[in-house]
Amino acid sequence: MSKLHDFMEKRSFALLFGILAVVSVGGLVEIAPLFFIDSTIEEVDGMRPYSPLELAGRDVYVREGCYLCHSQMVRPLRDEIERYGHYSLAAESMYDHPFQWGSKRTGPDIARLGGKYSDEWHVLHLSDPRAVVPESVMPPYKFLLKNKINAERYTKHLIANRRVGVPYTDEMIKMAASDMKTQINPDADDFDGFMARYPKAVVRNFDGNADDITEMDALVAYLQMLGTLIDFNEYEATKGENER
Amino acid sequence: MSADNEEHGKFIDEHSGEESTGHEWDGIAELNTPMPRWWLGIMYASIIWSIIYVILMPGIPLLNGYTKGTLGFSDRARVTKAVEKMHAERSVFSQKLIGANLETIQSDPDLLRFAMAQGKSLFGDNCETCHGASGRGFPGYPNLNDDIWLWGGSYADIRQTINYGIRADHDDTRLSLMAAYGRDEIFSRTEIGALTDYVINLSTPSDKPNTLGTTLFAENCTSCHGDLGKGTRENGAPDLTDQDWLYGGRRETIQATIFNGRKGLMPNWNERLSQDQIAALSVYVHSLGGGE
Repeated sequence: MSKLHDFMEKRSFALLFGILAVVSVGGLVEIAPLFFIDSTIEEVDGMRPYSPLELAGRDVYVREGCYLCHSQMVRPLRDEIERYGHYSLAAESMYDHPFQWGSKRTGPDIARLGGKYSDEWHVLHLSDPRAVVPESVMPPYKFLLKNKINAERYTKHLIANRRVGVPYTDEMIKMAASDMKTQINPDADDFDGFMARYPKAVVRNFDGNADDITEMDALVAYLQMLGTLIDFNEYEATKGENER
Repeated sequence: MSADNEEHGKFIDEHSGEESTGHEWDGIAELNTPMPRWWLGIMYASIIWSIIYVILMPGIPLLNGYTKGTLGFSDRARVTKAVEKMHAERSVFSQKLIGANLETIQSDPDLLRFAMAQGKSLFGDNCETCHGASGRGFPGYPNLNDDIWLWGGSYADIRQTINYGIRADHDDTRLSLMAAYGRDEIFSRTEIGALTDYVINLSTPSDKPNTLGTTLFAENCTSCHGDLGKGTRENGAPDLTDQDWLYGGRRETIQATIFNGRKGLMPNWNERLSQDQIAALSVYVHSLGGGE
């Protein structure tokens, strides 16, 4: 038995400080770089904060635990790229608090779902999954059609997101309630202003009910924008710092 | 107990030949048996391996980046190469597929096999969600196995539809609109009832006179559905005289169709899929049963 071993084994405080020293090395190596996380996020064009309606849809997504069965992370593997499209970038979830990568695929990955199916299909599928996919084990979410969202109260969600670093401007926060109503009404007066604040946003009456903003509107708006913000024709995947 | 070191209470065990640690409780002593050599060997080898690994591979996070390792390994670079290799392997066939017409494809067994295999897996990933397994269809999502086509069932028509979609967000998309005659208050309830009767009579004729329905149909519906209600493909308007229904042939469904209108949407796939993939998909859909 070595002398050091003998010494440490017999003195509990020496052992305690020894453990602290070893653990803190591991902690420093793993935690300290997180404070400088910027360097791990790729520089890309097109990423913007979620529009208020998309953010509300994202909240429904988190509340209903969609991430338990659906991932939002296309891994850099050939077969995944074949099926789902370009692998996911860190930049694509930089405004997610928390991110929705998930770790289980009972259903398919939905990182690039936006634009793949029609709104009508999404509403039907969320209301009664087995009406369109007979072998599906997804629970029905018909009640989302009835749950209304109070647009006026949603401003606070944007403010909360800004506090954790999402770059919502004062204008975005001021217009939040109005933007939410605009996104389900393509004839709204402020359509152009909305599109300038949230480029590439999809403006449609998602659930077929033009009078109310429902959670179904919000969730479908969110699903229809997933993975659509970055133009991968312009992304330089082989540029040095983007290879990792 | 044969103590040979009285000061520390240490002794050599007679049975194993190992030295004791000097700890002793009520006559039970602890031996200082060393770790098995094979076990120690694996532990030291693992430590050496971890050092070699950190030198070769990306490993330690730094304040601004990370150590890249001397092998220059990158998951992303590797997958980019793998995808390029896959495209290169397929390009023999996929390049031919883009420019070829259906006859050329069908007369080349290898090309046809490639297109069908590619088409089948693409159909499973992208189309089955709405059109059902092997294209059997759902209410509102056409069956692709029969010979009824809304916008045309030739190879070129199918390719056009997959490329640009129907009522999709693309300038070249196929476009037509069935108005919401009830919701937009174009027809009264009575008129919608008469029109529904007329549409039902088109497929299951009865002798009941229906002058209101006849007039309304002639004035409003024939421009898309044709004089006899047999549908027109320029407008993607279904044949109303057969027994096949896109949304359903029950009285309430037909009435709802007239009341609310219909605007089924198929997304344009030209931005998501490549041209050779769309060609392969078209060959596959054409082969499902009703290709013209």
